[in-house]
Amino acid sequence: MTADASRGAEAPPELVQLLTPEGERVEHPDYDIDLKPEEVRSLYRDLVLVRRIDLEAVALQRQGELGIWASLLGQEAAQIGSGRALTDADMAFPTYREHGVAWCRDVDPVKLLGLFRGVNHGGWDPKEHNFHLYTIVIGSQTLHAVGYAMGIQRDDASAATIAYFGDGATSQGDVNESFIWASVFNAPIVFFCQNNQWAISEPLEKQTRIPLYRRASGFGFPGIRVDGNDVFACLAVTRQALKNAREGHGPTLIEAYTYRMGAHTTTDDPTRYRVASELEAWKLKDPIERVKSYLFKNELADQAFIESVEAEADQLGADLRRRCLAMPDPEPLDMFDHVYTEPHPLIDEERAQFAAYLEGFER
Amino acid sequence: MTVLSLSKALNEGMRKAMEDDSKVLIMGEDVGKLGGVFRVTDGLQKDFGEDRVIDTPLAESGIIGTAIGLALRGYRPVCEIQFDGFVFPAADQIITQLAKMPMRSLGAIKLPVVVRIPCGGGIGAVEHHSESPEAYFTHTAGLRVVACSNPADAYSMIQQAIRSDDPVIFFEPKRRYWEKADIDTGSTDWWTPLDKGKVVRQGTDATLLAYGPMVKTCLEAATAAEEDGRSLEVIDLRSLNPLDAPLVMDSVRRTGRVVVVHEAPVNSGFGAELAARITEQCFYHLESPVLRVGGFSTPYPPSKLEEHYLPDLDRVLDAVDRAFGY
Repeated sequence: MTADASRGAEAPPELVQLLTPEGERVEHPDYDIDLKPEEVRSLYRDLVLVRRIDLEAVALQRQGELGIWASLLGQEAAQIGSGRALTDADMAFPTYREHGVAWCRDVDPVKLLGLFRGVNHGGWDPKEHNFHLYTIVIGSQTLHAVGYAMGIQRDDASAATIAYFGDGATSQGDVNESFIWASVFNAPIVFFCQNNQWAISEPLEKQTRIPLYRRASGFGFPGIRVDGNDVFACLAVTRQALKNAREGHGPTLIEAYTYRMGAHTTTDDPTRYRVASELEAWKLKDPIERVKSYLFKNELADQAFIESVEAEADQLGADLRRRCLAMPDPEPLDMFDHVYTEPHPLIDEERAQFAAYLEGFER
Repeated sequence: MTVLSLSKALNEGMRKAMEDDSKVLIMGEDVGKLGGVFRVTDGLQKDFGEDRVIDTPLAESGIIGTAIGLALRGYRPVCEIQFDGFVFPAADQIITQLAKMPMRSLGAIKLPVVVRIPCGGGIGAVEHHSESPEAYFTHTAGLRVVACSNPADAYSMIQQAIRSDDPVIFFEPKRRYWEKADIDTGSTDWWTPLDKGKVVRQGTDATLLAYGPMVKTCLEAATAAEEDGRSLEVIDLRSLNPLDAPLVMDSVRRTGRVVVVHEAPVNSGFGAELAARITEQCFYHLESPVLRVGGFSTPYPPSKLEEHYLPDLDRVLDAVDRAFGY
């Protein structure tokens, strides 16, 4: 039994787009963006570098250096566009796929690998970057983001939070609760949903029968669908939504319409549930190629620039690989650290007992 | 000295904590204007405002999830879960996030969140309003789990829980909310550390281990046993995680017999942990096996049957008799 997807959908979905897949700038009545040439080149560099980080991580997993990796391939524009819309004071709450947003928040890419290599559960200080730890359980972080936003309200601060999640997460109770809380408390938050069309093997129709951005109206705040492969549009729309939040106008749901070009994770096999032609169609909407076309068409960059970014990406990839392999394994007794903030006698007792046990092998 | 009921003692304790630290927030369903269904937060919103005493949407996961976010921003939320049986919608946020995030962050994050849960039966309530879910939480690393049994402890322990930089699951014995005691609110000298238990009645023949609502039952049982010539020691554990093991083991080594009493089902209940630890640490001091008195392996029954389900003085003394039968 499948719901008739046409029921409840009054009008065809609208999509905010400022840069076509062919690299043509288009106007939108509500959103505009005025980027200097160096800003466009900088966005291009971001997109290329995070794709390279991702590619290197996939390779590291294939070679057994990471246990698993969740690739962002295809979602670079959604992440760089939204991530570059943030100010330093804003706080981001990611899933486990927001490597591009992490890049925008100056988290050293090697720190992203710890979780996937199994040396820790999260390797950076969220306060240092205003970028929370990766959250693996689907949707939980949206409530944390709303609570944090309620704290911003109480501090009377000029800042907003952004909560990242996927299309599958919109079915979670926590995400729906977070919409309610954000709405009734008018919290300064942007809900940034990357609809990449697939929740592992389940297509969007298994999660919703209306376009996701339209869910917002039922909760009492605006929802917008943006071309998630258009970095200009993602930047413009997120920037506006964050501004609204900071100025006390409450939450916005942004649905970044994009595509997961790779597998869900390196353990997944998309050939079991989707057709290759779908991927081929989305490749024509690649988030990086359109910026490159735009740069060339408008003579904002030359081949030398493109090559210099490629060289930087190669260097970044090699450096990431080297530092991943050099990452120290944790010591056995490290697992007893930070379970509690204050002293805990049972933890101390077990640590001491296990230390004595281990020492028994060294004698 | 002030005479306070247990619920009022909690109220006064929270009031004191809010006065001492502007980051302390109260949040939950009906905690504002109504003052909570048990009136534990009565008057706090009036005095501290809606930004600090927050009537939340009716969603327990939302309460804990947003409390975590507020704690990440530097606040110290005190969450009320209206009844024990309503904590389960919040279980994921408590177990998966609240308990684990500090370790996940390698210590960069601390989550000073208190989750208050009125617990236990004996008030003639409908289903889901009389449960004792403590073992679900003692089994979860990263949480501190405490239970108060009397007004004075309620007053001090809630303030200590709020001051703790760790998440604390705070059980309140709802059928004891209206019991009163003299409390010295002007001094903290009498306070016991949050992670320590207390010998509340000294004895020599057997030890009764209890917490929350069963402490009073055990004290009554000890009084009755005295008439039969048996001297029972009663320990109020107060903290279940961490457990004050030295206090327990010291008592057991002196008495040689132990009966654990809780309202939760005996099967896989906290008493099982106590029995195992006592056996490991006091094996040669035991005159009899550690016996357990608690709820049956059934869901909590309809209230017309709860007097049969809940341990009472007679069932405690029956277990003491059995302990002396070995």
